Amino acid sequence: MSALGHSVDLTIIWAIIIAFGIFAYVVMDGFDLGIGLLFPGFKVGAERDAAMNSIAPVWDGNETWLVLGGGGLFAAFPLAYAIILPATYPLVIAMLLGLVFRGVAFEFRWRDPGHRHLWDCAFTFGSLIAAVSQGMMLGALLQGIQVKERAFAGDWLDWLTPFTVLTGISVAIGYALLGATWLIGKTEDEAQAHARRMARWLGLATIAAMAAVSAATPFLNYDYWRRWFDMPGVLLTAQVPLLVFITTGILFWSIAKGRQRLPFLSALALFLLGYIGLGISIFPFVVPPAVTIWAAAAPPQSQLFMLVGTMFIIPVIIAYTAWSYWVFRGKVGEGYH
Amino acid sequence: MHDHALLLARIQFAFTVSFHFIFPAFSIGLASFLMVLEGMWLKTGRGVYANLYRYWLKIFAIVFGMGVVSGIVMSYQFGTNWSVFSDKAGPVIGPLMAYEVLTAFFLEAGFLGVMLFGIKKVGARLHFFATCMVALGTLISATWILSVNSWMHTPVGFAINGQGQFVPNGSWVPIIFNPSFPYRLTHTVIAAFLTTALVVAGVGAWHLLRDRANLGARKMLAMGLGMVAIMAPLQILAGDEHGLNTLEHQPAKVLAMEGHYDAHPDGAPLVLFGLPDDRAERIRYAVEIPKLSSLILRHDPNAALPGLKDFPRDRRPPTTILFWSFRIMVCLGLAMLALGLWGLWARWRKRLYDAPWLHRASVAMGPAGFIAVLAGWITTEVGRQPWVIYGHLLTADARSPVAAPAVAASLAAFAIVYFAVFGMGLFYVLRLMAKPPEPHETEPRHSPRHAAGITSAAAFDTAKQESRA
Ligand code: HDD
Ligand code: HEM
Ligand code: HEM
Repeated sequence: MSALGHSVDLTIIWAIIIAFGIFAYVVMDGFDLGIGLLFPGFKVGAERDAAMNSIAPVWDGNETWLVLGGGGLFAAFPLAYAIILPATYPLVIAMLLGLVFRGVAFEFRWRDPGHRHLWDCAFTFGSLIAAVSQGMMLGALLQGIQVKERAFAGDWLDWLTPFTVLTGISVAIGYALLGATWLIGKTEDEAQAHARRMARWLGLATIAAMAAVSAATPFLNYDYWRRWFDMPGVLLTAQVPLLVFITTGILFWSIAKGRQRLPFLSALALFLLGYIGLGISIFPFVVPPAVTIWAAAAPPQSQLFMLVGTMFIIPVIIAYTAWSYWVFRGKVGEGYH
Repeated sequence: MHDHALLLARIQFAFTVSFHFIFPAFSIGLASFLMVLEGMWLKTGRGVYANLYRYWLKIFAIVFGMGVVSGIVMSYQFGTNWSVFSDKAGPVIGPLMAYEVLTAFFLEAGFLGVMLFGIKKVGARLHFFATCMVALGTLISATWILSVNSWMHTPVGFAINGQGQFVPNGSWVPIIFNPSFPYRLTHTVIAAFLTTALVVAGVGAWHLLRDRANLGARKMLAMGLGMVAIMAPLQILAGDEHGLNTLEHQPAKVLAMEGHYDAHPDGAPLVLFGLPDDRAERIRYAVEIPKLSSLILRHDPNAALPGLKDFPRDRRPPTTILFWSFRIMVCLGLAMLALGLWGLWARWRKRLYDAPWLHRASVAMGPAGFIAVLAGWITTEVGRQPWVIYGHLLTADARSPVAAPAVAASLAAFAIVYFAVFGMGLFYVLRLMAKPPEPHETEPRHSPRHAAGITSAAAFDTAKQESRA
């Protein structure tokens, strides 16, 4: 065991797995949170029902990636979990309560037609709170957390700054874009045209948000600046904005051409690029600027024990998740009246 | 200041986990019940099973949804309010909880969509498979989380590293199969089955009191009471074994449950009722049966038992809570046994469906499982105090550096949201239960259709209806 622990760096592997889990969460729950954000814009009745039905069978699975992200962090990097959650305490609580509201709305709105508009509101507000909290948690992490002796040592409102407000709004806009492009693939006719119009505006807003966050990040911390702009690294990091540029082109082109799935895929690619940019900024820290992934890592026995299972189980999970998406593939009908 | 935050954090954990556990207590049993119903339908082709399946599926969808959202809260409770605990215990319990996510939560979530909405899409057999996977997922989930919880009660197989963390010491087997785990798993899973059986029987009885001919209601009562008759005695046996095991590993907990402040060198009495008084260290107005406690706990009426006075005051759990919560659980357990036997007797006399008093009793006992389950958990968890990892980490040393106002505000938010949201959920569930099972139950919701779908195989709607007996 220790031989293996030396020859490959388990901690790097776990950082990749957790990063994958969080990314899977962001794109999967991102589009269904996004649909929640756009909900008030849909016509009461058929259009709303169709939007809801397009995610009802899969939202639980999508949210499970959040549990994996949190649980995986707890297991592989317990110190990071123990610092980040107290540091962003109000945001975590707000996100959880937001998820409670939107999670129950899926069933409750059908059970109580008399109050359906109320549960639709709960669905939207819950999604909004969850999305903004997640974005602000990201911002709080990027701007750095004060740590002393294995514990959060800052103030309980440290997370609230103009930068985190910016990241909060940006993530919500990005989720809304994912939601709108998902609906392009899932709906037809009038509803689809509506989704397309929304996607066009949200695409613009997402690009603006990405630009603003990217412009602000290097000023947070000297190290970020150096990573992005020093030679020769800049030759590599410059590829990220370039790819963002190309992807944006594909996004707008595919919306204009009436393509069904490409808009969603290119929105996903935008998220992936943003995520890679984030990785460039913070690696190898898990809690910038204090704690690296190695300092936060659980001992090799713990990481190895989980790795064995994870390597076999994640592929199986992906397989049956894909099957479930396949069962509910195609356009949703109008739901029921 | 610090102590306020500690108390508030404890209340928050107890509040959120108690709310959470209400849902699994029901959904673990209900998932298995649905599996049985669908299996019976596939085997016999009798429409009554398909109808009952659809009737309970609607309820399951709501309960499961509430279980999921309250559970997601739980997985972050460790980090928000118990960050020192998370840092120290993460290397041991983190991987077990990660395995729970990987092997159980994804399984449940992956097949839930098909179970709820896929009846027409995948055909009966594949749909049955999905139901089985969801039921299996709930049981796997219980296994892992109870292993984690049991390790906190009976921690073994670990070492403490340089940073003060608990780390696995070689093999994982002793950690997972720690000494209290088999007992706790058995006792809790039976508890979930009992809880569900009582609800099913109660709903059936409620409708029989209005319409004795309702076939669905008859099946519910028969299946529910049958399950109670099997599970109640098993639960009492399991609880007894559990208690003996706990006496070995956490004697102070059992002594508090029994109300023994003084040591009894030659046979301890069983305190039936009385008022524990921690300050005076005695039970006021005790009603006792001599020697019985020793007989139960040591299987020998004259065996010696220690007393709480043998433990320093700050290493004892609060006796009053344990004394009462334990008695509530045991009394309800005995009442369940009585109900199960009554049901058997009525069945033997062939009067199961015309026994209004039995039906009334079943309705009254409908919620008993939930109360017993909560009382049981309170006994277990309060009995672990003042430790969070028994014998190794004090609860007071485990909490986060979060100030009292933040914990208080979040607690208030949880309380308001939980009572409002889950209160509405309960209302919807009761409203569904108040409707009698119809010969043509609808699906949970008109499922999300798609334009170019597979046409439905011989799905439920083709099930031939039997007349209402
Ligand atoms: C004995 C059973 C049991 C116990 C003691 C617990 N749970 Fe639970 N939990 C379940 C049995 C369960 C379940 C039956 O598997 C649920 C209920 C409804 C559901 O969706 O799955 C569930 C759901 C559930 C979920 C949502 C899963 C999803 O997204 O599908 C999470 C994150 C947790 N739980 C976490 C916890 C934590 C952190 C607990 C302890 C502090 C806990 N549970 C106690
Ligand atoms: C199965 C996983 C569980 C774990 C890992 C767990 C762990 C904990 C932890 C960390 C605390 C806080 C420290 C403390 O105050 O004791 C606690 C307290 C508590 N838990 Fe659990 N618990 C679990 C399940 C449950 C369930 C299902 C219930 C009840 C339905 C429950 C009831 C309580 C109560 C009542 C307290 C407060 C006890 C007190 O502070 O006096 N627990 N538990
Ligand atoms: C009448 C017989 C019963 C006895 C003797 C009994 C005994 C016990 C004991 C000793 C514990 C505490 C174990 C510990 O903390 O280490 C316990 C816990 C518990 N009991 Fe019971 N019990 C009985 C009936 C029931 C019933 C009817 C239910 C629910 C339907 C139930 C549900 C629970 C639960 C959920 C726990 C907490 C989890 C656990 O530690 O297993 N019990 N029981």
